[in-house]
Amino acid sequence: MSRVTFTHISKRYADGTQAIVDLSLSVADGELLVLLGPSGCGKSTLLRMLAGLESPSGGEIRIDDMVVNDLDPQQRNIAMVFQNYALYPHMSVRQNLAFPLKMQRLRRRAIEERVRTVAERLSLLELLDKQPKALSGGQRQRVAMGRALVREPKVFLMDEPLSNLDAELRLQIRQDIARLQRDTGITTLYVTHDQVEAMTLGRRIAVLKRGVLQQLATAHELYARPANTFVAGFIGSPGMDIFAAILHRDEQGYAVEIAGRSLSLRDSGYAEEVLSPFDGKTVQAGVRPEALRLVRGDDGDVHTLSVTLAGVERLGHEVIVHFPAINRVGGSQAEHSARLAYQDVLQIGETVKLGLSVKDLYLFDPNGSALPRVGDNVSPTATD
Amino acid sequence: MHRKRLWNVLDYLLLSATAMLFIAPVLFMVAGSLKPDARVLSEMDSLRAVLPAEIDWQNYRDVFARIPFGRYLWNSALINGLIVGLGLIVNALAAYALARLSWRGRTVILAGVLALLIIPFEAIAVPLFYQLSALGWRNDYLVQVFPFVANPLAIYLFYSFFLGLPRELEEAARVDGAGILRAFFVIVIPNAKPVFATVAIVTFLLYWGMYLWPLLMTVDDGVRPLPLAIATFYTLPPVQWGDILAFGVMMVLPVLVIFIAFQPWFVRGVATTGIK
Repeated sequence: MSRVTFTHISKRYADGTQAIVDLSLSVADGELLVLLGPSGCGKSTLLRMLAGLESPSGGEIRIDDMVVNDLDPQQRNIAMVFQNYALYPHMSVRQNLAFPLKMQRLRRRAIEERVRTVAERLSLLELLDKQPKALSGGQRQRVAMGRALVREPKVFLMDEPLSNLDAELRLQIRQDIARLQRDTGITTLYVTHDQVEAMTLGRRIAVLKRGVLQQLATAHELYARPANTFVAGFIGSPGMDIFAAILHRDEQGYAVEIAGRSLSLRDSGYAEEVLSPFDGKTVQAGVRPEALRLVRGDDGDVHTLSVTLAGVERLGHEVIVHFPAINRVGGSQAEHSARLAYQDVLQIGETVKLGLSVKDLYLFDPNGSALPRVGDNVSPTATD
Repeated sequence: MHRKRLWNVLDYLLLSATAMLFIAPVLFMVAGSLKPDARVLSEMDSLRAVLPAEIDWQNYRDVFARIPFGRYLWNSALINGLIVGLGLIVNALAAYALARLSWRGRTVILAGVLALLIIPFEAIAVPLFYQLSALGWRNDYLVQVFPFVANPLAIYLFYSFFLGLPRELEEAARVDGAGILRAFFVIVIPNAKPVFATVAIVTFLLYWGMYLWPLLMTVDDGVRPLPLAIATFYTLPPVQWGDILAFGVMMVLPVLVIFIAFQPWFVRGVATTGIK
C-alpha cells in the first residue's frame, strides 16, 4: 500500500517547452486520483515522470518515503495502462500477462497461478491463447488492465485508458475500473481529458492547465466552487458562461453591471470586504448555463439578459442555445450558452430574454481567481 | 469488357518481356554450364543458347578438378556469415541507440552515419589497406570481415524501422520490469524481424561478390573467397566458358537459397521501411 507525493515538480523539455510548473500534489494510500485537463496540460507528463519514463527537471517524487527521481522504471514497482494498450504483439494473451512476473523471476508455477487468477477476475480465460491482433478493442483493454494488475504493483497508472473505445464500452469499463480499484485498494493515478470520466471515477480530481495545478477537489466542489475562471469554464457541459462586469456601489450596497443592467449583490453571498477592493473596477461574473432560464413577457424583478440566438441544439431532454458573448474582454469566451427546458420552442436568430438569479452568480477577480463566498473555507489548491 | 481484356493481355505481354530480360542471362548461364565447352559460344544465336540438347555435368567435374572449390566456398560462407551475423548485432544496437536513447552528440553522430552512405568503398580502399597493413592484418579472415561489420546502410535501415515502432511497447516493457537491453532483445527484436531479414539479405548480396578488397589483402588461396577463384579461370589458359558458367551457377545458388528463404520477410521489410 502506497502514498505518492510530488513536491515542487517541474519539467522543461529540451526544446524549452515547460510541461509542468512547480507542482505539488499528494495521492493518499489506496486513493484513485484523477488528473484532468485539456490536451497539452501536462497530465500525461506527470504520469510518465512517476513511471520513470521521463525525469523531472526539478522537485521530488516520492513513493511512500522513498525518493524515486533517479530510479529506473523497472525499479519502481509501478504498473501502467497505456492509451493504445501497448500489448506485446508477438506474445499471446497468456504471455502478455506473464511478462511482468517473468521479469520478477517468479517460478513458473507461481506465474501460472497468478495469470490464472487475474484472467478469471477480468474474464480473460477463453482468450489466454489468442494473439492480441485477434482481440476486439474492449478485450485488448482488459488484457492491458490484467497485465498491470497481475503483479500487484504499488501504484497503478492509467493514461486515458478508455479513449480508444466506443461510448457504450467506455461506460461499462469505467465501472469495471472503479470496482477493481475499490476491491484491490491499489493507489491509482488516472489521466483523462473527459470530465465525466473524471467525475465518476475520482473522489478527488486535479485539474491542470499548461502545467499548472488549477484546483484539487471533489467533483462537487469543482462544480460548485471553481477556484478560477479556467476550472469554471472547463467543468460542466457546456462550461460556465463568464461575462465582464463592472462592480460598483449604490445605496443598497454593491452591485454589478452586466450588459448595461445593474444587479444587486445583496443576496449573493459575497461579503462587502471581499468586494470593496474592486469597487469601480471590471471583474468577471460567471453563471452556469443551467442556471439561466427563459423569461417570456414581463421581466418583473428578474434580472434578464437580452440575447440573439446563434445556435439551437435540441437534445431531447433539454435544449442548449448559444449566443454571442456579452461584454467580451480580451481572451474571454466568444460565445455563451444556456441549457433550457425541452418545451422551449426556439429558433436561430430569435431574440429572447434569459433570466438569472443573483444566488447563481460567481465572481472572479480581474485575474480570474474566484472571490470567496461567505461559508467557503477552501483554499484553491489544498493538497488534502 | 473486351477492351479491358485486351489491356490485360498487353499488360501480361509487357511484364513477361521485362521478366525475360532478367531471366535470360541466368538461363543462359545454367544452360551453358550443362553443355560441352565448344557449344557455349557457337549456339549463342539459337534457342539452344538457353535450352541445351542434352545434359552434361563435365564442366562441374572440371571446376572441382581445376581448383579447390569447396575451400573457396567455405571461405566465402564464413566471411559473409560473420559480416552478416556480427553486422546484425552491431548495427541494430547502434541504430537503437540513435533512435531511442537520448545522449549528447546523438544528432551529430546520426548525420555522420548518413554522410558515410555516399562514400564509395573504392575511395577508401587504399587508405584502409595501408591502415590495416600497418596493424599487420593481412592475408587472414579477420581483415576480410572487420572493416565491413559496421555498415551505415544497415544502421539507416534499422534506425528508420525502429523509429516506426510504437514507443509504448518498450515503455510498457520498462514499466513491467525490463531494463533497456532486455526490452530491446525481448520486445523490439521479435517485432523487427522484417528489417533484420532485409539487412541480412542486403549485406549478404553486397559482400558475396566482393573482389577488390580480398585481392588487395590476401595472397593465400586458403583464405580467399569465391570471386577471386573465378578470376583464375580467365587467367589460366585455356579459357573454358563452360567451366566459368558452371562456377557461376554454383556461386549464385547460395544467394538464391537465402533470398528465397527470407523473401517473405524481405518484401514486408521493404514495404514497412518505406512507409513508416
